[in-house]
Amino acid sequence: MKNTISKEKISMRDGFAKKLLQLSIDDEKVYVLDGDLATSTKTDIVANNNPRKFLQTGIAEQNMMSVAAGLATTGLQPWAATFAAFLSKRAIDQIQVQIAQPKLDVKMIGAYSGLLTGLTGKTHQALEDIAIFRSLANMVVLAPADSIEVEKAMEAAHQYKGPVYIRLARDNYPVIFSQDYKFQIGKAISLKEGNDITIISTGTETSRSLEAAEILEEEGISTAVLHMPSIKPIDKEAIVKAAEKTGVIVTAEEHSIYGGLGSAVAEVLVEEKPVPMLRVGVKDRNSESGPNDEMLEKYEISTNYIIKAVKEALKKKK
Amino acid sequence: MRHYLTEEKLKELKKKSSDARRLIIETVYHAKAGHIGGPLSATDLLVTLYFNEMNISPENPNDENRDRFVLSKGHAAVALYSVLALRGYFPVEELKTFDSIDSRLQGHPDMNALPGVDMSTGSLGQGISAAVGMALGAKLQNKDFRTYCILGDGESQEGQVWEAADMAAKYSLDNLVVILDYNKLQQFGWAGENGKRQIPVMEPEKRWEAFGWHVISIDGHNFQEINDAFSIARTIAGKPTIIIANTVKGKGVSFMENEYSWHSRVPSDEEYKRAMEEIKAGTED
Repeated sequence: MKNTISKEKISMRDGFAKKLLQLSIDDEKVYVLDGDLATSTKTDIVANNNPRKFLQTGIAEQNMMSVAAGLATTGLQPWAATFAAFLSKRAIDQIQVQIAQPKLDVKMIGAYSGLLTGLTGKTHQALEDIAIFRSLANMVVLAPADSIEVEKAMEAAHQYKGPVYIRLARDNYPVIFSQDYKFQIGKAISLKEGNDITIISTGTETSRSLEAAEILEEEGISTAVLHMPSIKPIDKEAIVKAAEKTGVIVTAEEHSIYGGLGSAVAEVLVEEKPVPMLRVGVKDRNSESGPNDEMLEKYEISTNYIIKAVKEALKKKK
Repeated sequence: MRHYLTEEKLKELKKKSSDARRLIIETVYHAKAGHIGGPLSATDLLVTLYFNEMNISPENPNDENRDRFVLSKGHAAVALYSVLALRGYFPVEELKTFDSIDSRLQGHPDMNALPGVDMSTGSLGQGISAAVGMALGAKLQNKDFRTYCILGDGESQEGQVWEAADMAAKYSLDNLVVILDYNKLQQFGWAGENGKRQIPVMEPEKRWEAFGWHVISIDGHNFQEINDAFSIARTIAGKPTIIIANTVKGKGVSFMENEYSWHSRVPSDEEYKRAMEEIKAGTED
């Protein structure tokens, strides 16, 4: 496995669509539902190559999710894809009552999650989706870090019988994993060892965390990176082990600091192994549209802000 | 060609409806909770579905080829439970557990708790969409089962209902039958004439026709008309059917009929006795 960031960047959504097409071909029960965003989420690849398995449900997310529930009761495995913002807010009552509570086998794809949604601004960003999905009983919440992990997470979700939310990003991300990577729901994965501090990261923030760790290493700070693609269920054991080893934690996510990975890790630490920690994430504020690099800086989730948080957190270490 | 219900069948349906109505009143009275007006308006529709129309079997509630039913107006749960109990899905005695802890008979229908409930409902507007999903699932898998759904008129204020209406027509779901329980009242509604409260002018026939559905209007308390509508629906190809069932909220109990305040009121001891007597008397002629 690679544990440094590759120069090569691959589109997460292309990886997703390629895998989805494959699943729809291999498994008679897999159907793809679109809320008229197929050219953005890339499910148009399924529409164009396996049209029989593609169901357009129109610009009506609430109906789309209830229809998915109905389809699941007839033995099918619907994969419903739309922007994370609409899935996690507009259709969340339908998801709660008709998918999560009855534990139906529906896969929910939150495309365009986080802050970097292609100059669309705060209406189309999802900075609360982890918090919202994580609070639903029976829900599995996954946030892969690169296109290979997306495919692996999809394979795991396909095998798992029950509701799964997969958080995807719009843009291209450095390749972190190799094809022999074994993804497991509920398991964290150590991407870099270190003795002074552990960065626990998820989704797109993992490549930034690895970059930060490399820079910190050059400055003499031995920084571990623990990637947490499964936010629910969460790998308590790995978090406790990291706390025991390095005694201080920084969490990093492209999400609000409320209710996301940072909160989930804090819950585990406070109950199992209290150590100092800081959270990198979007503070309690609304965002805007702008170029990626500038957005990451302004909303304090860039590599620089992870480095800053690590240095701050180390001061708290006893 | 009209298929007339036999005298015997008609008598059976009337008897089951009368029994179901008494069970509804009894259950709400006993639990000191639940809805009453809406369940009574939907009773004859449910009885016709479960005792004449649907291809179902209480012994095999999860048969993948069974007809499906979704109570989109989930707050009428007690009507569904009463009919399911009479049909043999569970002992009538269990109705006494309604709304109590650990009961399979939750305040709103729970598909995981009670065999015979095909979809969890309660949050309005969602059930009809799930029914669309079921009907679509049948088409995609070349299965013959039909999907039925009872929708509330107040519930139709939810925008999702019209999202579902749109999609069902788009996918030509002629294996889907929605029955609108058009009792013309809702929990509180709007101020109307003579101090009465009401739902806004709805003109459901025009709306559903505009959405591309086959529309049939009936008296929702006339078993022959209900049966005719289901028979016609089976002959309609290429589009879903909606049956606009004109009903009376609180049907069967004089002081509950057309009274919005009985939406979810628990009868007093005196009201309970009167209600039970009226329903009994109503079926003796």
